Amino acid sequence: MASMELIIAGFGGQGILFLGEMLTQAAILEGKHATWMPAYGPEQRGGTATCTVVIAEEPIGSPVVADPDALIVMNRPSMDKFEPRARAGAVLIVNASMVDRPPERADLVVVAVDAAAEARALDKPQVANMVLLGALLAARPVVAMESVARALAGHFPPDRQHLVEINVTALTRGAAAAARQLPGAASARVA
Amino acid sequence: MATALTDRVLMKGNEAIAEAAIRAGVQAYFGYPITPQSEISEYMAAHLPEHGGAFLQAESEVAAINMVYGAAGAGARVMTSTSSPGISLMQEGLSYIVGSELPCVIINVMRGGPGLGNIAPSQADYFQATKSAGHGDGRNLVLAPSTIQEAADLTLLAFDLADRYRNPAMVLTDGITGQMMEPVAFREGPSLPREVPAWATTGAGDGPVRLINSIYLEPEALEAHNQRLQEKYRRMQVEVRSEAYLMDDAVVAVAAYGLTARIARTAVDRARAKGIRAGLLRPITVYPFPTQACADAAGQVAGILTVEMSAGQMVEDVRLAVEGRTPVRFYGRLGGVVPTPPEVLAQIERLLSEVKAR
Repeated sequence: MASMELIIAGFGGQGILFLGEMLTQAAILEGKHATWMPAYGPEQRGGTATCTVVIAEEPIGSPVVADPDALIVMNRPSMDKFEPRARAGAVLIVNASMVDRPPERADLVVVAVDAAAEARALDKPQVANMVLLGALLAARPVVAMESVARALAGHFPPDRQHLVEINVTALTRGAAAAARQLPGAASARVA
Repeated sequence: MATALTDRVLMKGNEAIAEAAIRAGVQAYFGYPITPQSEISEYMAAHLPEHGGAFLQAESEVAAINMVYGAAGAGARVMTSTSSPGISLMQEGLSYIVGSELPCVIINVMRGGPGLGNIAPSQADYFQATKSAGHGDGRNLVLAPSTIQEAADLTLLAFDLADRYRNPAMVLTDGITGQMMEPVAFREGPSLPREVPAWATTGAGDGPVRLINSIYLEPEALEAHNQRLQEKYRRMQVEVRSEAYLMDDAVVAVAAYGLTARIARTAVDRARAKGIRAGLLRPITVYPFPTQACADAAGQVAGILTVEMSAGQMVEDVRLAVEGRTPVRFYGRLGGVVPTPPEVLAQIERLLSEVKAR
């Protein structure tokens, strides 16, 4: 899949901007065009956080997306706000740990992952965001998992390189959880 | 020179502007923090001293622009950056710099106004940037990047143009372009070899007396000075730059600059997908304004839609260029609200149905 217009939304502190940055960086490593746009503001941990990522083979026009074809919603207010805006056929990745209702729309490809539980199973609650990114890439392989792994390796400084592995494991778990809900989805592999 | 896409680095617009300025050989940066451009100061504080330049956080924007004035007068390649309310504070100093004919680069990462407004993106400082440089009859050269790559490229160009015309060059951008990230490739090396200009007040003591000033008490002398400045602004018109996107067979054109132009570009693509022959006319310089490009478009299309994050500022320049030859309509969002591609598409369709009904 060559292009994606993604909105990631939830609480500040859930790693939303980081998730978006790693996806954007992965796209760039593949030679694609990509934009990363934070909903910047007087935000703080616990406030709302939104990040828009556009990936394309051609130069990107608008970094602003009104009608996303992919969504990651990490809490209930984000589900309520963004579900109605998704394009028909969009993929909706739901953080089931924080979203206590099913989607209302029937025209979306929905994957619900208990990201907190998956991350707890790894003894690393901070990687719930990577679980959800893995789920997204299982449903919409806009970049290869290997590219996200390279983006992570490029992000962490030498004394924190050990964090790459746990993040990649979280990606894989998320992808596997999504694959179980997506019969047609290719099983995710990480080099 | 083509750069492989994979050689690009992912950067915020603010960071890319700062890095481009360092590569342009900026020798001194003076500024005062304000959202949404504080990353420029932050980047300069971290990296400019490594390159032998001076970073100084001033006590206010008024102080910062006067430090720019002083350093420019001493012949240094110099810049400041701020956001809308800060530009208002800098108007007096800017006027002195224009009157004294000194080169400098000023970055305005526009936010919502008037007053303290908010920290969301805006284009409501267009009049302030393009119609004057503070009080008096002065002008800024004004460059309006649409992507992070262009923000870097136009920052480099701004230093060249400032030197060439001994005039402030402003990069006029917005909060989203400052805060968003996109891959960017930097041109290598400083753009122009930088020597201390012959007119600079270096305090050397052994040369001819040099005076940098903007005071001309005799009206005839000040008029002559103004005539020289006006002649310079006429020469600056050759620096006009614009981009035409899908304009060759367009029956309707969108005119927009900066962030709004790339939003409009997506709307134009969507219009084309629906069989509407839409095009985009994008000013890259907003002073000098691409009057001829607008006039040429007016002879071709059935209508022009101008889109801005303002109540309608650039649209006045579009109308002046078009001179009534084709309808010019306006769509704007205010106060930090950003227009979306579907909104712009709806306005394109509305304009089209309006001109068809005529």
